[in-house]
Amino acid sequence: MKPLLQVSNLNAWYGESHVLHGVDMTVGEGETITILGRNGVGKTTTLRTIMGIIRERKGEIRFDGKDMLSVPLHRTAHVGLGFVPEERGIFSTLTVEENLMLPPVVADGGMSIREIYDLFPNLEERRSSPGTKLSGGEQQMLAIARILRTGVRLLVLDEPTEGLAPVIVQRIGEVLKKLKERGMTVLLVEQNFRFASRIADRFYLMDHGRMVADFPVAELPARMDKLHKVLGV
Amino acid sequence: MTMIFGIPLQAFLGQLLIGLINGSFYALLSLGLAVIFGLLRVINFAHGAQYMLGAFAAMLLLQYFGINYWFALVLAPVIVGLFGALIERTLLSRLYKLDHLYGLLFTFGLALTIEGTFRYLYGAAGQPYSVPPALAGGTNLGFMFLPIYRGWVVVVSLIACIGTWLLIEKTKLGSYLRAATENPVLVQAFGVNVPMLLTLTYGLGAALAAFAGVLAAPVYQVSPLMGSNIIIVVFAVVVVGGMGSIMGAILTGYMLGIAEGLTKVFYPEASNIVIFVIMAIVLLIRPAGLFGRDA
Repeated sequence: MKPLLQVSNLNAWYGESHVLHGVDMTVGEGETITILGRNGVGKTTTLRTIMGIIRERKGEIRFDGKDMLSVPLHRTAHVGLGFVPEERGIFSTLTVEENLMLPPVVADGGMSIREIYDLFPNLEERRSSPGTKLSGGEQQMLAIARILRTGVRLLVLDEPTEGLAPVIVQRIGEVLKKLKERGMTVLLVEQNFRFASRIADRFYLMDHGRMVADFPVAELPARMDKLHKVLGV
Repeated sequence: MTMIFGIPLQAFLGQLLIGLINGSFYALLSLGLAVIFGLLRVINFAHGAQYMLGAFAAMLLLQYFGINYWFALVLAPVIVGLFGALIERTLLSRLYKLDHLYGLLFTFGLALTIEGTFRYLYGAAGQPYSVPPALAGGTNLGFMFLPIYRGWVVVVSLIACIGTWLLIEKTKLGSYLRAATENPVLVQAFGVNVPMLLTLTYGLGAALAAFAGVLAAPVYQVSPLMGSNIIIVVFAVVVVGGMGSIMGAILTGYMLGIAEGLTKVFYPEASNIVIFVIMAIVLLIRPAGLFGRDA
């Protein structure tokens, strides 16, 4: 499989504190990858560093062969990376539809607004309410939906199921499966094993700012006990 | 003679009109301040200087190039807006990573430099700028005499305020602006050139101030200190309205202009301080301002 995203020996800092200590990972075109790990091991930092939000970084990030370290933050999306942050980042002064239309379209192949509304009928119903008046689940749908319009090739998701009801989690799972069928590459951080095992092709286990294991979904059952111990869940 | 609350109606309406005119300038200026503060988190102390530059640009365009009021009304804001954009890009943008206080100090220094330079070149005394012929004279409304130019100022300021509000609330560019006000990093990660947006916003704010300056040139005189005279009041307006609220800045501008005008009728001695008294009361009761959201 052709690698879409290649990260080698990635280090990152928050001011004085050194958070990533040489992260290595590869995400193949069309793959869905989940990063597992306890709180505070650097999962979110990895995503934010790949996106270019954290600029104090060293090492190598290549997207489709292109060096990403020299790309300014506002060009990251144009190269093909779309971000759904942990806090969702729905704008309260924008309506649902304005939130949806906010990220610029960077390439062909994104969903049309019609397709998005068919996929998320709730959003169409509430298109003119302020974005943050939606329920938590709806806000998460909106956060994902607005990236789907843009035509990015890699969807970077930070804990999409956090704090959501099981029925919503299932719905998000369905959406991600649908995206995968369309050939979207997905990189996500997730604490919810069951959810992750249904959609991921491969897992990375992270500890102390680096990747300590890498295995396909088929090996997940055999590793379950060990993972429970490592993750403390 | 008709009386209202023991005051001649003509005096009452006359001061109401003056209040509305002052309110128009307060609204235009505090609107620009609110837009700049909302996105850049900079308290733009140079706003008064940019207003003064607008008036001077109109006067100099007329003196040296024979460019009349109508063209100046467009050209002066463009010139001052470009100057603002240049300042933001080359100087102010270097300070965003530091405490907000540095932005304030920088713009304060900039204001003093600009005003000092103009005082050196043109002296402290005001210079007249005539009302354009088409707007000269007045009309008798029956109950009072209305100078046409003053009516024009009120109407065109209102249009500019509503236009700016529509730009921010109803357009795509405005949605970028509002979103970047809430979370600039995420908007940038979505592929919007936020640094450019900041430059544009500062330029737009400066242009609005200059527009107010051109409007003011025939009403007040064109003087290097015209900006520092009005800006303190405008800051009070922004504080009363609530930092960063666009509609709040507009409404508060008109409200306080009228409050000031009416105070002149009923208790003239207090007219210079009434806005600051209102500010103090609002700060005590609602520190976030009348239209501000609690931080």
